[in-house]
Amino acid sequence: MITASMRAKRLVTTIAIVGAGALALSACSSGGTTAAAGGPGSATFSYLSQDTNTTISSILTTLSTSECSAANKAAPYSFETTPGAAMDQKLQLLAGQDALPSAFMAPGTPALVQQFIKGGQLQELGATLKTAGLDGDILPAARSTLQALYSTDGLYALPTEFNIEGIWYNKKLFADNNITVPATWDELLSATETLKSAGVIPISADGKDGWNVSRYIGDYIFRDLGPDALQKVADGTAKLTDPEYVKAADAVAALGKSGAFGDSVGSIDYDNSLNQFLSGKAAMLYMGSWALANFNDPKQNTIGVDNVGFMPFPAVAGGKGSIDQIPSNVGVPLTFATKGFGTNIEAWLNCIAPNYGNQVLKDKGVISGFKTTETPADLPALTKGVQDTIANSPSSVLWFEALFSAKGTSVAQTNAAQLATGGMSGADYMKIVQAANETK
Amino acid sequence: MNSVLGDKRAIAILLGPALLVYTLVMLVPIIWSTGYTLFSGNAVTGFEFVGISNFVTFFTDPAAFDAVVFTLKYAIVLTIGQIAIGYLLSLLYVFWLKRASGVIRTLVFFPVVLPTVAVSLLFQRLFESAPAIGPVNTFLEAVGLHSVDWFGSAGTAFWVIVMMDIWRSAGFYAVLLYAGIIDIPDEILESARIDGATGWQLVRQIVLPLSLPVLLSSIIFSINGTLKVFDSVLALTNGGPGSGTTPLTLYMFRTSFTYADYGYGSTIAFMLTLICLVVTIFIFRSTRRDVTKG
Repeated sequence: MITASMRAKRLVTTIAIVGAGALALSACSSGGTTAAAGGPGSATFSYLSQDTNTTISSILTTLSTSECSAANKAAPYSFETTPGAAMDQKLQLLAGQDALPSAFMAPGTPALVQQFIKGGQLQELGATLKTAGLDGDILPAARSTLQALYSTDGLYALPTEFNIEGIWYNKKLFADNNITVPATWDELLSATETLKSAGVIPISADGKDGWNVSRYIGDYIFRDLGPDALQKVADGTAKLTDPEYVKAADAVAALGKSGAFGDSVGSIDYDNSLNQFLSGKAAMLYMGSWALANFNDPKQNTIGVDNVGFMPFPAVAGGKGSIDQIPSNVGVPLTFATKGFGTNIEAWLNCIAPNYGNQVLKDKGVISGFKTTETPADLPALTKGVQDTIANSPSSVLWFEALFSAKGTSVAQTNAAQLATGGMSGADYMKIVQAANETK
Repeated sequence: MNSVLGDKRAIAILLGPALLVYTLVMLVPIIWSTGYTLFSGNAVTGFEFVGISNFVTFFTDPAAFDAVVFTLKYAIVLTIGQIAIGYLLSLLYVFWLKRASGVIRTLVFFPVVLPTVAVSLLFQRLFESAPAIGPVNTFLEAVGLHSVDWFGSAGTAFWVIVMMDIWRSAGFYAVLLYAGIIDIPDEILESARIDGATGWQLVRQIVLPLSLPVLLSSIIFSINGTLKVFDSVLALTNGGPGSGTTPLTLYMFRTSFTYADYGYGSTIAFMLTLICLVVTIFIFRSTRRDVTKG
């Protein structure tokens, strides 16, 4: 017979077992060790990257056998990749488990980087570089872009790229169809009509990932309402649902509805869109200068690198913005985890800072935010042209989602293709993006 | 044996380790997740107590409403499709193919063992409209119709998911229901035939009532599985276009791990559990009636 006291005893035992299990789980899910200052820290230099970006991993591999061989001896380099769309999710899970690798591509959503900084997951790199006398290896413009993006005075990422964005065009297709480089939105519309009637896809776009389409909205807003237009949205003094902002989404929707992005843009991914342009099927491609590596690769670029031209995003008639305000970004910044950051990883950092810029320019033709000391003799003309554009650009702007929340960014990008295929109106699109930004 | 199973210590030793593992990997996370419904935040930024605010958000969130509607629509359509086709196949096995049904059963069951991602890639290619044109659109163009951007609108994407999941799972339900129908004694069927029952009458009056327990199990299996659909949608459409094919599970996953809000994500999971519970109870209650009494 079970008495009340026995029952109570069993209950206490059960609660104790469950409690002990919960404590054990808590111990597993939090904590972890941060390298003591001055200690060696992690014994390996592990790097996590999106599968679509092979530039950083290959440059780090090259450095590991050349300039960074000493650092590699102390902490051997290894890297793994994860599918592009799942990168932010994976980083969040790893951060939650205090299991971030030594270095990783920064989350695509700046708001998430800010959370990581707030949560003490990201290592501040400025002080280490200053101590090593390598402070000057980061270009001031790239450093300030990173600081603005992450709303911090510290340096929490390395600018492995310093990109400008705009529309790349096929010079031959333009010449064959008597198209002059569009300087205004109306001229762009007219060019797409001409190209369509010639049986060419006017604009190739990565609708599957969405950002490639939403960039058009952001750039239209900057050209029409001025460079501070999206800052006003972030500050709450303007809303995306205001008519002047909806106008931008409507303009992109009309562009998509006219067939400018070709058939089934929602099914085209990043590689397909690059391929459409580099194989001569599409006449234009909105892209950042990080794609110079692809443009300069003759295996991928069958139209020839001399056939690729760059034009800034066109002006909007009567707009407050200027065509000279080039959208720019630091591409895929490289961040370091606080956990395991000791002398071993410091050695890697101190080796990457002075050497990465030269190596990536030499091997990939990519312009980074690091100071370069050697200019390759065979620097492609297209890369040189981009360098000149960066040097001559009086000011820059960010991009559509740069100041959005994680949810706002996701909603803006996952619905962009629908806007471009006419499945959603500009007003509806801006309404859901604004609502996503307003939720916690 | 009786003396071993009658000894409470022996039972504790035999069941203890499994129960402990089950508690740690199932019960603790469930309780933990239920606790999260009262908080906002994530493991990186920390948690803040928000009371029932997450539940209030759920009932006022248009995206959550859309996800509930999609989930229910998908579950109903797919359950009807899976069970109806599975039942027809099982009748085919038992009454028409009879002993020769082995090969057909194996072939129809084959998609069940294929990985979901592989099947999704197969269907993506089948219904592709860009950059290459898939076989379905090639066929449409060959018969003089326009090709369709199947994944470009939520309406067409929904039917591709339904077709894929029915193709993937009908074989499983066919085998499950076949096991129920094959158990019906031949004498009963024979006597019904002698009494003049043929075709539909035989199925309606004899086969259906006698296979009802396994049919009911299949429906509950199906509805609960389809309410929790995740992998096939993620791999085929990723919830798109936009959020047009986003079920509650995917919305929960995104809320937790993309939007970094574990609290609201757990609330969505909690509501999904409630929906599964309510639907199961509803099916149980509605099938208590004896179908033979019309």
